[in-house]
This record gives sequence, C-alpha cells and structure tokens, in this order.
Amino acid sequence: MSDTTKRPMRTIYLYTRYERFWHWFQALLILLLLVTGFEVHGSITLFGFEQAVTVHNFLGLTWLVAFAFFVFWVFTTGEWKQYVPTSKKMVEVMIYYGYGIFSGQPHPCPKRHDAKHNPLQRMTYLSLAAVLLPFQMVTGLLYYLYNSWTDMGITGLSLGVVAVAHLIGAFAILIFLIVHVYMTTTGHTIFAHVKAMFTGREEVEDVGDVAEWEKKNPA
Amino acid sequence: MRQGTRSWFLVAALVGAAALMAFGPVGASGTADVAGDAAPGRKLAQNAVKAPGGRWTTVDHSKLEALQKDFASPEEVTAACLSCHTQAADQIHHSIHWTWLCDNCGDGKNMGKNGKTINNFCIAVPSNEPRCTSCHIGYGWKDKNFDFSSNTKIDCLVCHDTTHTYEKYPAGAGNPVKEPTVFPESGKTYLPPDYKKIVAKVGKPDRVNCGTCHFYGGGGDAVKHGDLDSSMAMPKKSLDVHMDTEGLNFTCQRCHTTKDHQIAGRLYTTPAAPERISLTEADLASKIACESCHSATPHKTDVKSNDHTDKVACQSCHIPHFARIIPTKMSWDWSTAGQKNAEGKPFKKDGPLGKPSYDSKKGDFVWEKNVEPEYRWFNGAMSHKLVTDVIDPSGVVSMNQPVGGPDDPKSRIMPFKVHRGKQPYDTVNKTMVIPHLFGGKDSDAFWTKYDWKKAITSGMAYVDLPFSGEFGFVATEYYYPTTHMVAPREQAVPCAECHSRDGRMKGVPGVYIPGRDTSAAVTDLGFGASAAALLGVAGHGFIRFLSRKKREKK
Repeated sequence: MSDTTKRPMRTIYLYTRYERFWHWFQALLILLLLVTGFEVHGSITLFGFEQAVTVHNFLGLTWLVAFAFFVFWVFTTGEWKQYVPTSKKMVEVMIYYGYGIFSGQPHPCPKRHDAKHNPLQRMTYLSLAAVLLPFQMVTGLLYYLYNSWTDMGITGLSLGVVAVAHLIGAFAILIFLIVHVYMTTTGHTIFAHVKAMFTGREEVEDVGDVAEWEKKNPA
Repeated sequence: MRQGTRSWFLVAALVGAAALMAFGPVGASGTADVAGDAAPGRKLAQNAVKAPGGRWTTVDHSKLEALQKDFASPEEVTAACLSCHTQAADQIHHSIHWTWLCDNCGDGKNMGKNGKTINNFCIAVPSNEPRCTSCHIGYGWKDKNFDFSSNTKIDCLVCHDTTHTYEKYPAGAGNPVKEPTVFPESGKTYLPPDYKKIVAKVGKPDRVNCGTCHFYGGGGDAVKHGDLDSSMAMPKKSLDVHMDTEGLNFTCQRCHTTKDHQIAGRLYTTPAAPERISLTEADLASKIACESCHSATPHKTDVKSNDHTDKVACQSCHIPHFARIIPTKMSWDWSTAGQKNAEGKPFKKDGPLGKPSYDSKKGDFVWEKNVEPEYRWFNGAMSHKLVTDVIDPSGVVSMNQPVGGPDDPKSRIMPFKVHRGKQPYDTVNKTMVIPHLFGGKDSDAFWTKYDWKKAITSGMAYVDLPFSGEFGFVATEYYYPTTHMVAPREQAVPCAECHSRDGRMKGVPGVYIPGRDTSAAVTDLGFGASAAALLGVAGHGFIRFLSRKKREKK
C-alpha cells in the first residue's frame, strides 16, 4: 500500500525477543483457549469434550504462570510505561482510523522506542492486560476449583454465574482478537505490522526523536 | 498486615498455586491400590480354604444326626434346621423377607408387598397370594390368614440349598410340589425336592439362591429389574466387574452385608446406607455402598472424575446401559388386556427380542435391551403411592418416586429404569385399585373371567377398601434404581454423553453442567457482537480498499 504523499521512512528495532515470544505465545494460548473453551461450552465439536477440558485446563493454568512472568517483566523493565493511558492525541487517532486512513493521511502517532503504542492501543492493551485477562483468569480459576469452593470458604456463588461470567470474558477476547487482527493490516503495507512482530523491526516515518504529544511539558 | 500487602500476598499465593497445579504431578496423591489381593491376611484365609476338607465353615451338614432321615415335608426340614439354629426363626420373623413389610418405614404397616404399596406390574399381592407368594421364604401363604408367627412355615432351603435342585411351584403359595406337576403356563414339570440330598449340602446363599426370586421379579426373567436377571448368576467381567465369575466373583452378600438374617439394602423409604461411610475409614460399617471400598475419591489417574462424586452416583457413569444381555420389560399396558382370538380364547403374541408383545391376561408389553437409564436426584429413599392415596388421573401417576433433590447434600444423580404402564383406577374415588387377578375357576379373578369390574370389586373387597364400581385406566410409572451390572471402567459413560445439550443429563435440574447449560442470551449476544465486529472491520477494510483505488486513479 503506497501513500500519495511520500515521507522519509526508517527502520527501528521496536520489539525485543521476549516481547515477540510473549506476543505469539499469548496469541497461541488465546486461540487454543477460545477453541477448546467454546467446545466445553458446547458451541463447537472438535477435540471431543474430554480432550477439550483437559487442554483448556492445562493451557489456562499455563497462562496463569506465564502471565506472572509477564507481570514481573513489565515492572522490572519499566515497560509498564508503555501502558500508561493518555487522552492526548486520542481524538486525533480516532479521527485517523475513522476518516484520515481513507484519504491516506499520516498516522498521528508514529511508533517510537519509547512510545510503542498509540493512545488507543494504550487504552486497549491496558484494559486487556489489567482488566479482561485477569478477569478471565480469576473466573477460569474459580471454575476450575469449583469442587474446592467449600474448603476455600467461598459461599453464595453458583457455578452457573461463574461459567457465564467466564463466557462473557471469552466473547470480549474474541471481539478484541477480530479487531486486533484486522488492525494489523493498517500499516504502510498489509503485512507490515505482522512482519514486525516476527522480526522486531518496524518501518516507521522519520519524524525525529520525540513527538510533541509524548513530551511531559509540551513547548 | 496492611490491606495492600495482603492482597499482594493473595495474588502471589494464587499464582504459586497455579504453577503447582500446572506442573505438579496431578493426582499423584492417594495412589494406594485398594484391591487388596496381595493382603497377607487374605492369602492365609485362601490357603485355609484350599486345605484338604477346608471350607468357609466348620460344619459338614451331611454328618449331622438331625438330618439323617427321610423328610416327608419341607416343614420337617425346617424343624430339623431349627433344632440346631435356635435363633434363626426369631431372626427370620423380624426380616422383611418374611413380613413383606418395612417396619422402619412410616407406621410399619403400609410399606411393603404385604402392606398398601402397589406397582405397575401385577399391581399387588393381596387376593393373588398363591401366585405371588411362591417367592416368599415361607410355606403356604395362600391368603390373608397366613400364620406369620409359625416357625416351621419358614423356608430355609430356598436360600440355603447349594445343589440348586430345590424348586417351589410358581402358583403354589411358596410350597414345593409333593409329586411331579406340570406348570401349564410354561409347560415345565416341577419335581418334589430330594430333601435328604439337599440338606446334606446346605450352605451360604450364592447368587443363584438370591436370584431364584430377585432375578424373576414380576413373574419372569428380567421383567422387573433391568439390572438384575439370570444373566447375573454367572456374569462375565463385561457384565459386572465385581461379580465376574473369573475375577472377583462377589456374592450378593459381599455388598448386601448380612447380620442375623437381616440383609442390608434399600427398603422403600429407608436408604441402603444413610451415611456415606467408608470401610477404608471406618472398619465397622455394616452396610456397604460403592464408597465403602472405593472411597469418595476412587479415580487415581483421571482426577476430574473425583470431582463428580459430590453430585453424581458412581452408578451413573459405571452402568452405561442395563439389560445388557436379557431384554427387560419397559412398558405394560393393562388397558388392552382381555382380548380374545377368533375362537373366543385368550392368546399370546410374540414380539421382537423373542419376548411376548401381547398376552390376553395382561395386555401389551414393550421390551428393550441395552437400555440407557434415565437420571434423577436420589438420596436412597423412595416415596411410594399407597392404594389408599388420592391420585390425579390427568397426568402420569408415579407408583413410586426417587426422593431427593439438588439441594439435599445426601442426594446424588442416579440412573433409573423407569417402567411405564397403564393400569386400572377408581374413576370416582380417584384411587388406584387392587384387582383380583389370580384365582380358581369359580372366582371373579381377571385371569378367570376377564371382567375388570368383577376382578376389581373382588380385589378391593378382599383388602376391605371402597370401590365405586366405576373404573378407568391411568398412565403410571415405576422407578428402579440401577445399581447392578457395573461395567468395567473402559465402558464407563464418556464425558460428552452428559456434557452436551441433549445428552443423558437433559432435564436433570438444579446443577450447572458444562456443555449442557449456558445462558442463551449471553451466547446469542456474544456471537452477535462477534459477527458485528467482523462485519465492522470488513466494512472498514472495504472502504480503505475503495478509497485507495480512487486515490490511485488520481
């Protein structure tokens, strides 16, 4: 996809090896959890109920552990800063995806080392990592530990409520997945973003080192 | 501990626990094998039995003086038995095998074949005694004047004959024949027992002894019970893992523990084992259930199955089908009984599975083989309809019903054979009725005159209960808990047969079953929103595609 207005481009190393591994590992987990989860739910038939349960439980618990490593990583490396939400430029980004993208306008927030995510991405990924995924992990773990509720002192909760809450979380993740996969095609070429998630290198517009919106005290 | 610190501890503990669950050896705990074949005590006992002359008893009945005579009647045999077994008659007199009444149920007078309970097979015993009581452990219960206090009327042999040559005549009120007699219904000749030979070999009852009555409930093989028929006399492992003659070879008493002639089991409103007690935990449990030997967490390799034992009875998964060898009667419609053939005579019609589909005496039958059970909540007790209870004839009337529910911690989901039928009732008094079915040539018995009104009038007068004279037929059902024919583990019901929308658990209330239950609204909304998202991004992409084409043209 070539734009009408050519701007200088440069390639930057944006995603570290761990980030890329984590991304694709998480992608695989989400896909398999969705498929096996919907089989347990009775929506599809693929592995057979018993296999689906076994795989789903194993992957769910694996994800819990992997997620703990991710949380550790995000705080020790300071990468949590990438997820700090901001309203700056939020409207511009929304206008871009709703209108500007059709007329070939440049993205209002080109990716940079210290700002890998645009304001919309920050909000989405923060909601995902801090709200939706933990919600799914907590409801999933409760579901898994159903028989130990009495021992754990959990009363007044019904399996039906937990299961439906977990299902709602699953649909939210499915919808995220649909939009997320589509958004990968909005780079300067259709597969540019996907390629970057394998190589770690993203081709971005050369707009200098620090964008105005990223500055703490804009001039 | 500060609030913040504590929540971090909780998160850490949760993650740690998850890590242990994901990578720990799942189900490694409690792998001890309870089979016990290698137990030294058991080996010693087996060696003692194998020794020359060794038996599980210290008496050889053939050598007892009291038994060295030619017995003229079975009552003489009983007298001889009781001359040594001094407590036996008193014990028998207090057992339900003798009274046909459950003295622990209600007022102790209504529950039982000799009370006011009825079923949807031959309906009730009173007025039909000579036919029904051939399965009684007594001699000559031919009407309501039977002397239940008599010692010598007790039939010791029907349970203790190990030669299996002792037979009672089917219509003989519990008596064996005195001379060779042909039973007209089957054409079989019944011979007088050789008492001297039989008493020389009396011993503990085996499966055939119990089966003499319990396999043939309802008047024929596998008629009543779908899980208890003559195929259980010498079952293979595939039919019953415990009773497998080449394997564990359990007798009935191995589970139906017996003390003083009181045989453990479910009795009407009395559960077999009110407490789910485990022999592995308490040595002295006198009534045995699955858990007694297998514990509440019996699965060693597939631990998820252990999570089921709080709601699901073992039988639900381990008895995938009943009547696996011999077909069982699933439906009996009395309303069509009494038809005659062209010659004006009662007749029988053969149906599929080699079983009769019609009998003028009884009506229409449906037999089934390899039947999938129906599932109900069950706490071990059954509620029974009494002949005096008022019924609602607009629906199906349950002659008995499993007691229990999802909120009762003692209830489990249990497999049942549900026998369905149509049987006579009093349309004015709205009660079930007891028809006089079996009787002599001059009687008003249905099987003599084929006249329902006369048969019901005679039967109800016999039990001294009112009959308006008006009768009709009402749909009925009768529940049998399925608990025998435990299949090998490989044949257990696969998960998906219950965890599916229209599976075996369809209609079982009060429990969320993954794969069966969901919120239809959430599911529809969720898939709807996902489809909308897909449409949205497709539209966005399409406009991008069009606008780029337009820009390229410029």
